[in-house]
Amino acid sequence: MMNNHKPTLKESLKGWLYVLPLLLIIGVFNLYPIVSSFAMSFFTEYNFFTNEVGALGLNNFTTIFSDPTFHDALENTLIFVVGVVPVEVILSLLIATLLNQIKWLSNLFRTIYFLPFVTSVVAISMVWRWIYNKDAGLLNVLLGWIGINPIDWLNDPHYALLALIILAIWKGLGFNIMLFLVALNNVDQRIYDAAHLDGAKPLQQWWHITVPMISPMTFLVTVNAVIASFKVFDEVYALYGGQPGPAGSAMTLVYYLYRAFYEQNKYGQAAATGVVLFILILLVTLVQMWFSKKHVHY
Amino acid sequence: MKKTIKQVVVYGLLSLGAITMLLPFFWMISTAFKTGFESLQTPVTWWPKHLVWENWVNAWYAAPFLRYLINSVIVAAVTTVGQIFTAILAAFAFSKLNFAGKNLLFTILLATMMVPVEMLIIPNFVTLSQFHLINTYGALILPWLGSFFAVFTLRQSFNTIPDQLYYAARIDGASDWQFLWSVLVPNAKSSITAIGLLQVIGSWNSFMWPLIVTNSETMRTLPVGLQAFSTDSGINYPELMAASTFVILPMALLYICFNKYVVAGISNNGLKG
Repeated sequence: MMNNHKPTLKESLKGWLYVLPLLLIIGVFNLYPIVSSFAMSFFTEYNFFTNEVGALGLNNFTTIFSDPTFHDALENTLIFVVGVVPVEVILSLLIATLLNQIKWLSNLFRTIYFLPFVTSVVAISMVWRWIYNKDAGLLNVLLGWIGINPIDWLNDPHYALLALIILAIWKGLGFNIMLFLVALNNVDQRIYDAAHLDGAKPLQQWWHITVPMISPMTFLVTVNAVIASFKVFDEVYALYGGQPGPAGSAMTLVYYLYRAFYEQNKYGQAAATGVVLFILILLVTLVQMWFSKKHVHY
Repeated sequence: MKKTIKQVVVYGLLSLGAITMLLPFFWMISTAFKTGFESLQTPVTWWPKHLVWENWVNAWYAAPFLRYLINSVIVAAVTTVGQIFTAILAAFAFSKLNFAGKNLLFTILLATMMVPVEMLIIPNFVTLSQFHLINTYGALILPWLGSFFAVFTLRQSFNTIPDQLYYAARIDGASDWQFLWSVLVPNAKSSITAIGLLQVIGSWNSFMWPLIVTNSETMRTLPVGLQAFSTDSGINYPELMAASTFVILPMALLYICFNKYVVAGISNNGLKG
């Protein structure tokens, strides 16, 4: 009713006053930097102390795109995304399905599966660093039981990304399980009852009812996991002690950004990397919007 | 019979998964009680032969962990309280007030949630250096005092209180401020708790930003301090595992105590941008 009339000046003033504290913070630390980092990516001569811009151009982009390390970073990030996301989504859906079947101890299991989510990435990466130790690490001990020779997880460039992927899957499962449980809980029990009467076996029910019914959540979880994986940084830094893996073999996009910005003071190139990251995430988001309009029915 | 077999399989698989989830934590604590020599011995020992309590004390004093802990507590507490405060005010305006530009502003703010924070780090660093705030609590806290995620969630919760109630309260002489704090906020207590807990956890665990804006030992938060400890000290795994436990334990306990809210926060509100 009253909410639809045209606001008076006094009402508008009051509204903006209530939004003001938030707007100050978001304006200075979110809105301005968005504009500023796009601009900065085109600054080719920039003095950050005086905030003076000498010249503009596409140099930052041409520089990073001709840098082999940037190519590695992009490639590694994509491998990481492809390595983590499908396994994480499928495993978390399976575990959520199992968790949804039980009552006894259900809360205990949920708490356990979710524990890695609340855990500091840096701290748990230290633990994994120890687990990945070649000589006395737990993983090699367990692999030894099934006859696999010790692997030098953290120093062999061939295994650097795999080590990162395993850690990320382990860390990320709980969050996705939680979201799948919400979706599973929302599927109407009567559909299963009807299918049961028609003689559908549990596995058939799962494949023909559960999977299609929760497809919106599967999609959401996937998109979210892709975006989060694009941003991988903390794990790399902590697992390899402030290095992007042995011989740079775990260089990722955000690590590249961090290095350009913080270690090499190449602000323009770092900002250009940020823009590339933004575009990648924007693409994923656009696919998401297009796809949910077309295929996902709530 | 068939049902029992099915139950056994389900519980078996879930237990296997649960063991995989817990194993790193178990290994962390078990190692933290071993001597350096025992930790490197093969075949590995699952339980320490003797509990070496000194590891914990040594790790605690090997770096200023008390200081890191205090910094982490201050940053997490102030960030969370501040963020909830700005969110409550803004969510009220978006939920119950009518003002020019409201929808446009809401859309713009919603769109900012999509931008990766990694992209904002450089300009924010520049801004904070111009205010001479690098390596202060200001740098650690200020950028995180406004979260549109929190606003979005709280607005949903405020929307459950009918507008009619608001107009009635206004007619009875209550001010906006009174209505907000005596009706809306108490009613949204559980979502506020959930947002707060998620923020405390996020703030406690955050790494890249505090790594970038701190450059002295005294301003480090726990994760940054732990990272520095791991590279400075040469690797003594039992002590490193004890130090990792310092960082993990507070959030693990917080989560175990309030797990209902944490789960509700994630389930009801979908995804944290």
